[in-house]
Amino acid sequence: MFKFEKLVFGDLGWGDEFLFATLMTITVSILSMGLGLCLAIITVWAKLISNKITRLIANFYTTVVRGVPELLVIYLIFFGGNSVIMSIAKLFGYNGYIELNALTIGTIAIAFISATYSSEVLRAAYLAVNKGQVEAAKALGLNKIQIFFRVMGPQILRHALPGIGNVWQITLKDTSLISVTGLVEIMRQTRIASNVEHSPLTFLVTAAFLYLFLTTFSGKFFKVLELNYSKGYN
Amino acid sequence: MQYITDYLNQSLLFRNFIEVLLGLDNTLLLLIISLPVGFILSLIFAIGRVSENKLISKTIASYIFVIRGTPLLVQIYLIYFGLGSVEFIRESFLWYLLREPFWCGVLALTINTVAYGSEIFRGGIQSVTKGQIESGLSLGFNKLMLLRKVIFPIALRKVLPSYGNELILMVKATSLVSLTTYMEMTGIARKIMAKTFAPVEAFIAAGILYLFLNFLMVQFVKYLEWKYNPHLRVSQT
Repeated sequence: MFKFEKLVFGDLGWGDEFLFATLMTITVSILSMGLGLCLAIITVWAKLISNKITRLIANFYTTVVRGVPELLVIYLIFFGGNSVIMSIAKLFGYNGYIELNALTIGTIAIAFISATYSSEVLRAAYLAVNKGQVEAAKALGLNKIQIFFRVMGPQILRHALPGIGNVWQITLKDTSLISVTGLVEIMRQTRIASNVEHSPLTFLVTAAFLYLFLTTFSGKFFKVLELNYSKGYN
Repeated sequence: MQYITDYLNQSLLFRNFIEVLLGLDNTLLLLIISLPVGFILSLIFAIGRVSENKLISKTIASYIFVIRGTPLLVQIYLIYFGLGSVEFIRESFLWYLLREPFWCGVLALTINTVAYGSEIFRGGIQSVTKGQIESGLSLGFNKLMLLRKVIFPIALRKVLPSYGNELILMVKATSLVSLTTYMEMTGIARKIMAKTFAPVEAFIAAGILYLFLNFLMVQFVKYLEWKYNPHLRVSQT
């Protein structure tokens, strides 16, 4: 049933392949989390400024992406993304064939999903910061950039960290879905290995342990960060 | 009128929409079994999680830890491909269920929702104040009565919004069962894409249906919240 000898490193086992797959999962998670946070900041900004059109677009985006299964979003971006990019390139006068690699497409797809969750977290964190803080900063004569980076930013971060930790866990688990695009991360590696060795249980249990390891340790990391950031409050 | 029907028949999106709609029953079947079973099991597991018996609460805690720490896709694959490769399961009666992708999907979805749901209910049960339990005890309720008349009504009311969230996540999670060759809406959309080479139309048609399902789910949860929180209703006078 469970064949330990298939998991050794080197040519006889799949140990090193799984190590690289795990690194790929971590890479995709970090990249899409970062890109997702950037998208989320834009979304929050669009929701909070008093402009009806941007708010409508941002609300439409978060509602639709959160109401549709992640797998559909990934399929849509993976199969439909290339044609969209090619038609954009056509506008600029380029008629050749463009194909983005699986890593780029996967990262963009996961970032799109992760951004909707992050934006809710960031919006709540922004609204949780006391407005008196901004007024106090203005009274001290700080300009807008200084207010954002020295007053609002650190406090938003403190309020947002627990939520960001949750989004990170979701993002990490969602990366298993981009195995459908052929990117060799943990899940794809599992399917390849179990097809070759005819022993799905071994590799699926390995995959489960790898994900469990990743989520547990990143969870611990976020706990430490949270403690660090709320030092002034306990 | 003739013009409209002609236009719709030529529209790829509309034809896809009808085709995906035929898979709606398969999606709903997954939900109809896994959601009620998951709800009842979540309640039982939540009670076990807060029980004073260390063995029971630790076992359930580690179950929740494992399920919440791994992706649903891994769980579905483990049940569909993993259990099928074990010799004694293939020879036992379980094989009649586990060889069907449908029952594998139901099993995986139930296992998944029970882990999340019981954690949500645990929060609700622990938020019931001690005074309320003591007043129940002083009225002579036994444990079952206490659960039924005091703890569950208070706890369930409190966790309705977060359990509603979990229900929506479950609607979305059914799409993953398509990866085990089960033909629900996402699987059909995938098939249409392979047939017509028009990915955008196929997946948008499925996306609209999922959005509609989730919209209904949100309305259902809103109705429940309205029904079970009469003290929060804005009076119409």
